[in-house]
Amino acid sequence: MLLQTAAVASTGHSLQGSVAEWIWLVPVLPLIGFLINGWLSLRAVGHVGPADPSGEEHGHGHTDDAHHDAHDDGHQATRHPSASIVSVVGPTVLILAFLLAVAIFAALAAAQPDAPFVKQLFTWMVAGDFRVDAAFQVDQLSMVMVLVITGVGALIHVFSVGYMRDDPGYPRYFAYLNLFVFFMLVLVLGASYPVLFVGWEGVGLCSYLLIGFWFTDKVNADAGKKAFVVNRIGDFGFLIAMFLLFANLGTLDFSGVNAAAPALGAGSALVTVICLLLFLGCAGKSAQIPLYVWLPDAMAGPTPVSALIHAATMVTAGVYLVARSAALFSMAPAASLTVALVGGLTALFAATIGLKQWDIKKVLAYSTVSQLGYMFVGVGVGAYAAGIFHLVTHAFFKALLFLGSGSVIYAMHQAYHHTGSHEDAQDMRNMGGLKQFMPVTFVLMWIATLAIAGIPPFAGFFSKDEILGAVFARTHGSTLADAQWFGIPGSAVLYAVWVFGLAAALLTAIYMTRMMLYTFHGPNRSGEREREHLHEAPWIMTGPLVALGVLSAVGGWLNLPAFFPAGPIQALHHWLEPVSGDAALQVTHGAEAHMTATTEYTLVGIAVAIAVAGIAIAFARLKPAALVPKAEAPEAEGFERVLEHKYYVDEIYDRIVVRPIESGSRGILWRGLDAGIIDGLFVNGSAYLARGFGWLGARLQTGRTGTYAWVLVIGVIAVLSAFSLR
Amino acid sequence: MRFDLSRPFDLAMAMSPDLFLFVGAMALLLWSAIGRDGAAHQRRIGVAAIAVAAATLLLVVAASTRGWSAGPGIVAVDGFRWAADLVFLVGAIIAIAMSLDYNAREAIFAAEAHVLILLATGGMMLMVASRDLMMLFLGIETMSIAVYILTGIDRRSPRAAEGALKYFLLGAFSTAFFLYGIALIYGATGATNFQVISERIVALKLEQTPMLLVGVALLLVGFGFKMAAAPFHMWAPDVYEGAPTPITAFMAASVKAAAFAAFLRVWLAALGGVYAQWHDAIWWLSAITMCVGNIVALQQRNLKRMIAYSSVGHTGFILVAVASGTTQSAAAFLFYLVAYTFAIMGAFAVIVALGSPGAPRERIDDYNGLWFVRPGMAIAMAVFMLAMLGFPVFGGMGFFAKWYVLQAALQASAPQTRLAVLLVLTTTISAGYYLYVVMAMFMKPRPEGADQLPPTNGLSRFIIAASAGIILIFGVFPDPVARWTRTGVDLVPLAPQVEPNFTQSAVAR
Repeated sequence: MLLQTAAVASTGHSLQGSVAEWIWLVPVLPLIGFLINGWLSLRAVGHVGPADPSGEEHGHGHTDDAHHDAHDDGHQATRHPSASIVSVVGPTVLILAFLLAVAIFAALAAAQPDAPFVKQLFTWMVAGDFRVDAAFQVDQLSMVMVLVITGVGALIHVFSVGYMRDDPGYPRYFAYLNLFVFFMLVLVLGASYPVLFVGWEGVGLCSYLLIGFWFTDKVNADAGKKAFVVNRIGDFGFLIAMFLLFANLGTLDFSGVNAAAPALGAGSALVTVICLLLFLGCAGKSAQIPLYVWLPDAMAGPTPVSALIHAATMVTAGVYLVARSAALFSMAPAASLTVALVGGLTALFAATIGLKQWDIKKVLAYSTVSQLGYMFVGVGVGAYAAGIFHLVTHAFFKALLFLGSGSVIYAMHQAYHHTGSHEDAQDMRNMGGLKQFMPVTFVLMWIATLAIAGIPPFAGFFSKDEILGAVFARTHGSTLADAQWFGIPGSAVLYAVWVFGLAAALLTAIYMTRMMLYTFHGPNRSGEREREHLHEAPWIMTGPLVALGVLSAVGGWLNLPAFFPAGPIQALHHWLEPVSGDAALQVTHGAEAHMTATTEYTLVGIAVAIAVAGIAIAFARLKPAALVPKAEAPEAEGFERVLEHKYYVDEIYDRIVVRPIESGSRGILWRGLDAGIIDGLFVNGSAYLARGFGWLGARLQTGRTGTYAWVLVIGVIAVLSAFSLR
Repeated sequence: MRFDLSRPFDLAMAMSPDLFLFVGAMALLLWSAIGRDGAAHQRRIGVAAIAVAAATLLLVVAASTRGWSAGPGIVAVDGFRWAADLVFLVGAIIAIAMSLDYNAREAIFAAEAHVLILLATGGMMLMVASRDLMMLFLGIETMSIAVYILTGIDRRSPRAAEGALKYFLLGAFSTAFFLYGIALIYGATGATNFQVISERIVALKLEQTPMLLVGVALLLVGFGFKMAAAPFHMWAPDVYEGAPTPITAFMAASVKAAAFAAFLRVWLAALGGVYAQWHDAIWWLSAITMCVGNIVALQQRNLKRMIAYSSVGHTGFILVAVASGTTQSAAAFLFYLVAYTFAIMGAFAVIVALGSPGAPRERIDDYNGLWFVRPGMAIAMAVFMLAMLGFPVFGGMGFFAKWYVLQAALQASAPQTRLAVLLVLTTTISAGYYLYVVMAMFMKPRPEGADQLPPTNGLSRFIIAASAGIILIFGVFPDPVARWTRTGVDLVPLAPQVEPNFTQSAVAR
């Protein structure tokens, strides 16, 4: 019945008949790209996988890549025959999708509907009372996500043309990338949890395929597997949450769940459990404690993949899911506090690890984990708009950072390639002083660094400040502050989260400045011969960087705070009000979270001071001149060593989770249960039994008509007695 | 439009697709007799027969969209009839298309073979249309005699002759039971019309009359033979193995489907009032058929024989739907028929396509390593096997077919829980032989020195691809077919006495 109300609501919708009816085409465009590129990839069978198993020609962004003198000209030689078609198809579908999304966005902005516009495509499945439509939902939240995905996605696709063109698996790469965008759009456009889940699993699959893109190297294949397995743990939670929702509400589409959610009872154990299980799914997909371990390893994939999937879009799906389920989370203060606390802890924890990483992509990976933590703090405290705001700005500056690092790695790799060196193209100890060789990248990366560090007026400042301000504002007079979290008052938890957030902001400024110092400043450490070959990447790569640089600089204008009246105030906040406004108000007892101007200025002052302090500390303490290349670097000691080894979390997981499961699976489940009982007793035993009966039956089949007639007569007697004996 | 069946014109309109098919078949029969036997003539007649069947199909589609209905009389005009007709006609078209090449290859130049398929199909259409036992008998005999001949159409093959003779002898034997059953039912109720029978059973309180019950039991035997339900299935493996492969496909899919459709109508429309009396017999028939078919199939190493036994197993599954006896189960039954028809037809089409003169390639070992030489064929065969197994996604419609039957069995007013459990168990057993074929195709190496497989022509490839495609597509979007089957059975005149009896039988069980 809820479905029907939703359907009725959409029949008279103001977007009906508008360009929003074409929403299905937005995901279909990348799907077409996938089909074309996939076909091109399969057509040349020799080019399905990495052409060279020893891994020589492919990895620009590929650790421990081997370089051979003999293959100086190898790039041209291994370029895929269809590369030129792929270069056109891959980015074009994304650009078209982006243009269509802009048109739909404009229509939505003009109509400003309060209810989402649901475009029913077809009935996907019906089973008893359970019915799922393949339907897309156009509303303020989904369109923001679509714009980010198609917009940033298009830029990254263009960048990829330059970065990946010489890879023998080029069509396969674009096929996967297009498919990823398709699934990501399904994820954000789906009008129900099951459709969202299809996208959720689909992006997981593409992530797996792209992390292991150079799968002949076992390290990469293992990284893909790790991402897949860790995500399964989260998906398990998501699935159970869906089952619980359906069992209790009888519907799984968003409008239905939002309408029926109050029936669960605010603050009840049930809604808390549902939200926590949903968050388990988010923690897997968005790399939060304790499931963050896959994301740093995921950097094994090509760098544009890291930018698109593992920074700008897929990993933010968890944040989107929480915002999408705002109606549920706003009723579960304990679960929301958990989200905020886990987010705050992750932000701090990952930032400390980022302090001591040498691989430029690993620094950015931990920074991503940390920033995702911020977003969860935002959506956790009920500031859904703030969380989404940070998601958007983060997509800009983190994509820029990753693509910039890709450009650096590309340059380093080319240089090493020319000289035949075997050095690590991603290790910052081998870089240094790159600003003179790559001035464009240098300037743009600094913009992104200032943005992520929280220096006004760059994008990150506004979004991060909004989240921290929201946490502070909710320490009093909100359902969260009044709630108990394992006996601890909610307001205490919120203060702790705020402190974590500030500490993480300090560390963010330090490790980002460190990365910039070691990469671009100081003397060059890449070697005499290599230095001559260092140069800026081609324009097809720097062009997208410039666009992202502009967005990183001015992205904050999307949602300016009241004290910074340089444009529309709180635009994104108001834009998202129809989607999550009610839920956000419920957290703050119906009143807009409010702080006095003095408090607000003080908070902003603290935030800026911390960011500046972080950058200053980094400049004062770190001396790029004292660094030595990776090969000559001494082992770190003490706590630094712990940080460099990422708190040994991977080792601990390996010891207490992976190995016991492995040995248990091997000893008990495989040898004992599977091979012994199931295979031995059930499968083979029942097979022998069935075979025995079958043998009997086959013997009875003598081929003599007389026997058959006899059996028939016996059957007649049996049927007659069945009728007469009752 | 509502026909008054006592007026000849209305009756003719109600029977128009059937009449068209018969007239077309007769004309083709004359044509086939004029020409000289030979490959070209055989092919010409075959193509014409396909055209007649396709035109009939269009007529049926047109008739089904008209919203026709009929007053009391000997024929039914309802969605169930049209839906079943579509299944038969699709089966007939595929069978004739398969025969075109098969007959040319095996030098079966009897052009009337294609016409006989049309005549058998006409008989099936009469069966599903009939609302009268006499008319039903007419349809069954029209179909059966055509199929007896088809089984032995390859006159030089001793196996075919053996199969045809066995089929004919045992068929005659079971027909005797069938007729005797009709006679006894007529004796008890004084009627042969389904509607009248069901009314009289209630009005005269005949539920416990021995004459009626014995009649119903004998009728069940007759149907059991046609459906190949154990223990009346003994003829099936020999006949299926001996008959030309396209005819085997036609028998396994369409003949069976016709017997089922007629059976469902008789049982629900005429004998719904004695549900409690026949339920036990059908229950046991279903249980034994599921076990025997699926277990004996494990032993088979000849693919045609294996599918023969598996089709016995499918009879058991479909009987579960009959035993549930609700509108929902009738819808599930129709869905099952659609899925099953395409899977069986597709599997036999693959067998036909891979055979060559003198090397029929009907043993499972002949399929070892098929994936490495004919990946497309191997994938299609895997889809058909998985569909028959009822595997989700890759088995497409097959999964939903079993799912709907299970659902109907469990949601019936007298839930058939034990039958449902047995269905799942025997399905698990059936994995033993279906997956064996898949395993052989994909995981076993192609034997050294295996002969070159013949090239597949466009028509066979189209049949196979279309069957697999339909199974897969409607496996992802089962809803259109499910909705279509539901509208089909809304019009089955379920006896009004059916419902109260459920509670009674629930207590009895």
